[in-house]
Amino acid sequence: MTTSSFTRHSKLAAAIHEHFITLDCALHTEFSELTLTVPNHHLLEVAQILRDLPCFHFEQLIDLCGVDYAALGQSEWETEVASNTGFGRSVDRDSAFNVADSNRFAVVYHLLSLTQNQRLRVRVYADNDDPIVDSIVPIWKSADWFEREAFDLYGILFQGHPDLRRILTDYGFIGHPFRKDFPLSGQVEMRYDPEQSRVVYQPVSIEPRVLVPRVIREDSRYVKGLTNA
Amino acid sequence: MPEIRNYTLNFGPQHPSAHGVLRLVLELDGEIIERADPHIGLLHRGTEKLAEYKPYNQSIGYMDRLDYVSMMCNEHGYVRAIEKLLGITIPERAQYIRTLFDEITRILNHLMWLGAHGLDIGAMSIFLYCFREREDLLDCYEAVSGARLHATYYRPGGVYRDLPDQMPQYQGSSKWHSAKTIAQRNGARQGSLLDFIDDFAYRFPKYVDEYETLLTDNRIWKQRTVGIGVVSPERALQLGFTGPMLRGSGIEWDLRKKQPYAAYSQVDFDIPVGVNGDCYDRYLVRMEEMRQSNRIVKQCVAWLRKNPGSVMVGDNKVAPPQRAAVKSDMESLIHHFKLFSEGYCPPCGEVYAAVEAPKGEFGCYIISDGANKPYRLKVRAPGFPHLAALNEMSKGHMLADVVAIIGTLDIVFGEIDR
Repeated sequence: MTTSSFTRHSKLAAAIHEHFITLDCALHTEFSELTLTVPNHHLLEVAQILRDLPCFHFEQLIDLCGVDYAALGQSEWETEVASNTGFGRSVDRDSAFNVADSNRFAVVYHLLSLTQNQRLRVRVYADNDDPIVDSIVPIWKSADWFEREAFDLYGILFQGHPDLRRILTDYGFIGHPFRKDFPLSGQVEMRYDPEQSRVVYQPVSIEPRVLVPRVIREDSRYVKGLTNA
Repeated sequence: MPEIRNYTLNFGPQHPSAHGVLRLVLELDGEIIERADPHIGLLHRGTEKLAEYKPYNQSIGYMDRLDYVSMMCNEHGYVRAIEKLLGITIPERAQYIRTLFDEITRILNHLMWLGAHGLDIGAMSIFLYCFREREDLLDCYEAVSGARLHATYYRPGGVYRDLPDQMPQYQGSSKWHSAKTIAQRNGARQGSLLDFIDDFAYRFPKYVDEYETLLTDNRIWKQRTVGIGVVSPERALQLGFTGPMLRGSGIEWDLRKKQPYAAYSQVDFDIPVGVNGDCYDRYLVRMEEMRQSNRIVKQCVAWLRKNPGSVMVGDNKVAPPQRAAVKSDMESLIHHFKLFSEGYCPPCGEVYAAVEAPKGEFGCYIISDGANKPYRLKVRAPGFPHLAALNEMSKGHMLADVVAIIGTLDIVFGEIDR
């Protein structure tokens, strides 16, 4: 990173600290990117400040997406415990999802300031029982379709959205496909029924399978505080 | 008094100027658009969900299939996010190769856009010209990766292999092509890939001149595009526009200049901007971008000729070992096996990396929980917010202008529906 972008970075961090310290926001830096976690009820207030104040001036909402944290850190293979008899190669498929977590869902906003040439990530958590987040369409119009997408794929509701409909899935689709408890192979399949002479839906006939197991390895090269040898 | 109601028209999804699978529900007052409601998702394949179930490297091929007319730029966005996560810096030669191919891709994309946009609003011959030049560029894709479209050429750590010393040749003669024509076609293919690209870059500005004589001052072309779909700079920012759509409205913003990546800080080029923010200005911006891309291509070719070297990092946790080494060296064999089965586990965290794709900002947001597969991958497709603005852009225009506006948006459903 060049020095100029580094100073701009720390300036932005300082400005965020100054303005949002009273609003229970948390800021952290990772991979030289700033992430601001905002409590749900302060979202609109923070967004307004981020857009309008000259020291921020985030005039563009580049991206908005939903995230489901229900399976974070789960792996399908034990890599730590190897016994004398070797360790099992079978894939652990029945991992329980952490669906009751009050921070199960999150909405992540990526902001861009053209005047300051800065980026900022904002995250708002929503709980499983009623995942409702305020809509930021009045602040950034581009949020319109992005929020519809997050609603469609994750079932996150956006309060105050002008037209919250499904966008990517089929007409009459049931469920929210990007949730971690929605199987990759889906719930229903479609075929043409010659007797009824129309297309019908039926439960899927394929089993979900794992081609490459999901493995989490503690790679010593990336342990915090150690530099590459 | 008879009851007067607005007329609702279903446009697409099987309409030739719907650019694929756009279903548009139009509310018309006579021939004036009152409301345009795009229904998308007919090409939704769940790329992001699929990526959650695959090791990082196995999703590169999916990126080609997002915006399937600017393949390598999509790969670039994805591999750059992974490289940021892993904290690796790629060799300089690989940076230049990526810059070269990003610009070839930009020309490819703009040629496709120009041909299709022209065809939509009544210019037939431009389409044929554009596809003639695309053919040469697709041959470049084929020469480096073996595939004309879905290349999977960029890999985390560099590019799959170095530029070839030979171009594939046309062979034999048939009743359609005489031996003389074949020899003529192979004329530019005698040397290396760089010679071929150099030759193309020498010819290309004249081709752009040809396109411009057909369209730029053409009365019909101007009647169809001037003053159509005007977007003010303020609205362009609000609507999340990027790329030529934003520059057409007069905002000088280009990630290649403002947040340089690959070798863009080393090459010399200009950013064209529009004035009025209408379809015609966006046309002019894209035409000039092709010329500028050609400039960058020339500079990259000159640099690549002078600087041979490695095109992939040496770290075998990320890059496959040499094939010959796999045959004789145990460690290489293990590395090869681990990389192609399990892959690699990047550290926990989240990154966003963006590139200036031909259509605008293409970004990848990856959340990693330390596994060999991304926990969440979000693809920020430039076309998505552009299409979302269709309603605002077409309100008050005539039905035929919707076609011109869809054309100027440069939308591809592979990336919008994902």
